[in-house]
Amino acid sequence: MVAQNVVFGILAAVMVISAWKVVTTKNVVRAVLYLVVVLAGAGAQYLLLAQEFIFVVQVIVYIGAIVVLFLFGTMLTRAPIGRDVRLDNDQRWLAALTSLFLLGVLIAVLSNAFGDTHVNATSVQRTADVANSMFGPYLVPFEVVSVLLLAALVGAIAIARRD
Amino acid sequence: MLLNQFLFLAAVLFCIGVYGVLARRNAVLVLASIELMLNAVNINLVAFGAYRHNIAGQVFALFVITIAAAEVGVGLAIVVLIFRNRASIALDDADLMKG
Repeated sequence: MVAQNVVFGILAAVMVISAWKVVTTKNVVRAVLYLVVVLAGAGAQYLLLAQEFIFVVQVIVYIGAIVVLFLFGTMLTRAPIGRDVRLDNDQRWLAALTSLFLLGVLIAVLSNAFGDTHVNATSVQRTADVANSMFGPYLVPFEVVSVLLLAALVGAIAIARRD
Repeated sequence: MLLNQFLFLAAVLFCIGVYGVLARRNAVLVLASIELMLNAVNINLVAFGAYRHNIAGQVFALFVITIAAAEVGVGLAIVVLIFRNRASIALDDADLMKG
């Protein structure tokens, strides 16, 4: 249990620092690459919670596909590769105030609700269980999501194509 | 492991994402901040799934990942279209609907 807490602490520190870099760095490409670190850290947290399938999906879909989409978007919009001082707007302090207020509220509520609740992540939730659940009770949402993906695919092509 | 340590990590990531959405003016970086927020939600779902020994957390996190992929695809298509029409993806410049 101590080892798990140490691993959690290291991962959490890396994730928070990288997430902070995503929203503050002056370089678009570097921000997207810091996003990769945050996504990989989240995948490692899933592994720490003994949920294997979601970890694999996180690596394949997020780090493999979505980050590549982001880099394509950066390339197609000809973002400046070097430093760009005009990436932030002028309501930065208001935004910081809002998010700090939200953080305070969330931390207060969570520590009040789950003071010392322990997670016992010793039993692995297997891929077979996920599959049984997805093609059993969650079959209709699964089909709806697949239709939504098709609609998003057709919509993205229809929006972005040159005619 | 405490349940709260995962929930606090997710709360911090979510608030950093909120800051990014509000403070960035580059549209691609706003979408990246939205991805941070969706990941925070996924960490919450998976943590509750592990806590309750319930598979539903993992299944719902999978659905969220799917929706995030669809959202990024359509969002980046819109960003590319805005860039093609206005030669800029600064969100301050996209103010056609402002009175």
